Amino acid sequence: MRAWALVRPERRVWWRMVLALVAGVAASGSAVALLATSAWLITTAAAQPPVLILLVPIVAVRAFGVGRGVFRYVERLAGHDAAYRVLGETRARITGRLERIAPAGLSGRRQGDLLARLVLDVDAVLDLWLRVLLPVAVAMVTAAATVALLALLLPTAGAAVAVAVLIACTVVPWLTAQTAARAERRLAGERGDVAAAATETLLTAGDIVAFNAVDDVLASFSASDARLAAAERRSAWSAGLGGALLVLCVGGASIAGLVLGSTANITGAVFAVLVLTPLALADVLGGIPAAAQLAIRVRAALGRVQELVDAPEPVREPASAVALPRGRDLEVKHLRVGYGDDDVLDGLSLDMPAGSRVVITGASGSGKSTLAAVLLRFLEPRGGEVLLDGVDLASLEGDQVRSVVGLLTQESHVFDTTIRENLLLAHPGASDLRLWRALYLARLGVFVEGLPDGLDTMVGEHGARLSGGERQRLAFARLLLANRDVLVLDEPTEHLDEETGRALLEDLFEAAGRRTVVLLTHRPELAPAHALRQSVRLT
Amino acid sequence: MKPLDPRLLRRAKAARAFLAASVLIGIASGVLIIVQAVLLAKGIAGAVLHGEDVTGVAWALAAVVAGRAALMWVQEVVAQRAAAAVKSTLRRQVLEHALKLGPVWLSGERSSALTTLLTKGLDDLDPYFARYLPQLVLAATVPAGVVGWMATGDLIAAGTVVLTLPLIPIFMALIGWATQAHSRRRQQALDVLAHHFTDVVTGLPTLKLFGRAKAQEDAVRRVTDRHRVASMSSLRVAFLSSFALELLASISVALVAVGVGLRLIEGHLGLQTALMVLILAPEAYLPLRQVGMHFHASADGVAAGEEVFRVLETPLPERGERTDVPDLRSNTLQLFDVTVRYPGRSEPALDGFDLEVRPGEVVALSGASGAGKSTVLAVLLGFVVPERGVVVVGGSAADEFDPKVWRRQFAWVPQRPGLRMGTVADNVRLGRPAASDDDVRLALLAAGAGEVELDKAVGERGQLLSGGQQRRVALARALITEAPVLLLDEPTAGLDAEAEATVVAGLRATGRTVLMVAHRPALIAAADRNVVVGNRELVPA
Repeated sequence: MRAWALVRPERRVWWRMVLALVAGVAASGSAVALLATSAWLITTAAAQPPVLILLVPIVAVRAFGVGRGVFRYVERLAGHDAAYRVLGETRARITGRLERIAPAGLSGRRQGDLLARLVLDVDAVLDLWLRVLLPVAVAMVTAAATVALLALLLPTAGAAVAVAVLIACTVVPWLTAQTAARAERRLAGERGDVAAAATETLLTAGDIVAFNAVDDVLASFSASDARLAAAERRSAWSAGLGGALLVLCVGGASIAGLVLGSTANITGAVFAVLVLTPLALADVLGGIPAAAQLAIRVRAALGRVQELVDAPEPVREPASAVALPRGRDLEVKHLRVGYGDDDVLDGLSLDMPAGSRVVITGASGSGKSTLAAVLLRFLEPRGGEVLLDGVDLASLEGDQVRSVVGLLTQESHVFDTTIRENLLLAHPGASDLRLWRALYLARLGVFVEGLPDGLDTMVGEHGARLSGGERQRLAFARLLLANRDVLVLDEPTEHLDEETGRALLEDLFEAAGRRTVVLLTHRPELAPAHALRQSVRLT
Repeated sequence: MKPLDPRLLRRAKAARAFLAASVLIGIASGVLIIVQAVLLAKGIAGAVLHGEDVTGVAWALAAVVAGRAALMWVQEVVAQRAAAAVKSTLRRQVLEHALKLGPVWLSGERSSALTTLLTKGLDDLDPYFARYLPQLVLAATVPAGVVGWMATGDLIAAGTVVLTLPLIPIFMALIGWATQAHSRRRQQALDVLAHHFTDVVTGLPTLKLFGRAKAQEDAVRRVTDRHRVASMSSLRVAFLSSFALELLASISVALVAVGVGLRLIEGHLGLQTALMVLILAPEAYLPLRQVGMHFHASADGVAAGEEVFRVLETPLPERGERTDVPDLRSNTLQLFDVTVRYPGRSEPALDGFDLEVRPGEVVALSGASGAGKSTVLAVLLGFVVPERGVVVVGGSAADEFDPKVWRRQFAWVPQRPGLRMGTVADNVRLGRPAASDDDVRLALLAAGAGEVELDKAVGERGQLLSGGQQRRVALARALITEAPVLLLDEPTAGLDAEAEATVVAGLRATGRTVLMVAHRPALIAAADRNVVVGNRELVPA
């Protein structure tokens, strides 16, 4: 699995995994040993020997009885601790990787879907370690140890149990995974049909009810639903084969012990151990089918994560960056840029001297956001160049470029924390005075002052407690605080109504002062008239 | 939903059959477990004490093992089939009930939540049927049988099991109750973590803008670590529940084994009985332990079931049954003092609204957005039941009539028409299923969509048509009906002035009564009357 690099534990976590494994083996081993010693104890006791001989086994039986619970507890704790550490590390690795890809490398629809599932998919790491790898490893080690013990007592019986264990550890999971995967494949189509029918019916409920078509629609839904149910019933026949095979393996091992042991030259107590110990394996190996089934889902989830982080990096950082030039004149020359096989912009040239106001208009899809991405060095041009004071952006590091060029988009991300923290992001350590100055410049000062908690007001998830206009103004205040010399405004009024949008743009241009402002919009009419002097249209 | 919810059994016949089958399989499993124990004990004791041949016993055992494997397989097959049938039944019932509750009940988040429930949510019932319920049945059948059989051989051992067995659920309940706060706190810690991760990942572009993204890798590591420590401390307590379970079960088995051993030495017990007791003792605890194990796996399914019953138990509004709806071609439609309040809102969506629409009139409804214009149409269609006021036709209140028959008086063009997968003609025929191709073509023409091909696929949610085309297809769908009253929600949005004029002229030509929500002055001017919704004055056009 290529995803291994993402989900692999660090060295200091490994020993916790090993601890969990050892404790797990001790727990499962205790269960096996409990039955084995009990069998020995009882069969020996039947010969009515002096009680003293049995003292050690009696103590052992009790110890194993206590041991199973205690060791299992240790296994659980150590395993969860390790798995949570791996989860944290995996999340951190993904963050580091996405940092290099975002945002231009994640803008496709497929990437959008993957990103939406990312958090849930990454949680599969927990399943991988806690419900697949750890239990399977524990089962295998314990079973191997049991086989070794039985082989010591009677090699032929040991061999027979070994065969049973081998089947349980290979054929059973394979069969379970195979049947589950096949059912999944077979059902996918029918499941999709039912989902589509249900979604459509609920979305068009009004139309259906108004036109008295409820019965027809339900009938056609029932038809596709019945097809799904029938397919599910058909695939039911192969489910449970793995579990059944496991029962056969364990039972067979026990019978083998009975037959082989009865003719061997061993004591009655050893004979009882040979017959009864395999029974304890049922519990030890019982988790394997479920783990195999889960492994399929884990693999799919981690595969999606892998696909996401495998997206190519949209920008090549220079091997050694040149120093940031002092001038702030921007010049776009014969720019060609795009995603995948398509060029979004080809041959675009623009001149944006320091302090200028440029309005770039164009319908959606004409490449406005692509241009913004290039100006911020989120995206590498395919041809032509962008010059900052005569220096090609490609010879600068992204962070250097973004210390000069700032961006306000249609959906500025506001973090689920306080207004203060959201602002400080742009300028760590800034004084409250500076924060307020930025808020007032963005015309949000009065609003924040009116909030009971002021700067410490929580803004909610994605800034949900703010209106769209307030959110944009907060983002703008943040941008002002960051003190960038070039401001790129990419459809900043897209989700606002006309009046709010017009007021926001008016304030943006005024607060920008001597900075360069590049406004990308499909609604140039909202921009203040004086800004429209230099206007470029993308097609 | 309770572990075994009677509502589930009542709603789904397949669940009842499954439960019955599971009980049979459970009993059979219990019997085979006992037979296997007896055979093993007999084989061992016979060989050890009397040097008997084990061949016969071995064959019998092989048969028993094969039987247990077969039962295991059958149980799984039965469970999967039952799950398929129950899911199917519930899906249909939920969808039908949701449609009966109507589009207004369905609006907003509920629709998407219900979609998730119908698609992914119900599949969570699979582990509930395949693992949890069978184990529950086994837990109810096997221990009783096993202990009963043990009692025939060794009363003391059986007594030990009988005394310790009930301790398991008691301890689990006690510990579960005591650790509830802890597990809640842990869940919260995990949620905070996942939320932080999402926030960082979606905010990466912003963080990058301010040169703060590179620090996030470590920030995620740090935050995760902090919460891991918190969540581990509650796990230490939460795992006590399963710890107690394991410990009780295995200590009890150890107690039984040692006790049996000591009684053997004293000669109170035979070897065969002792072995039988030893083999059976763990089997008494196994089902209970597994119920505990599978409980968590089935939690999502239980939650989905809960959700299903929440929908199914939402009462349907009471509706009349009269079918003699007066014809609106000759009767006036009147609304008196109609007030509608949507659940969870304090302000009424429509407040004391009066309206009179005479046959053949074209009436415009205008007013600020949110004033309740669309709500007026929803009331007429019976999608919402007014809190106060009444709709009257020919001296009878609308709610006396069977809603299906009542709705035949109206054809509706919603603000956002819901087109269904299929062709343009399929969608138009929703208005009149028996319509001929020529009828469909005429309707499209009247709706200003003469250029749209009849067999053009509309795609998912009408995506293959432009917004304007979708509206016009929806208009054609309304025009093709024989309903005397057209209810139009901004029928000309997205059309240019010329197309709008064509549509309005087409509407007039039909001679039908029209009640339309209108924003644009041109459309309002084209009506006979304009009624402003939101304040109670009637403005003659």
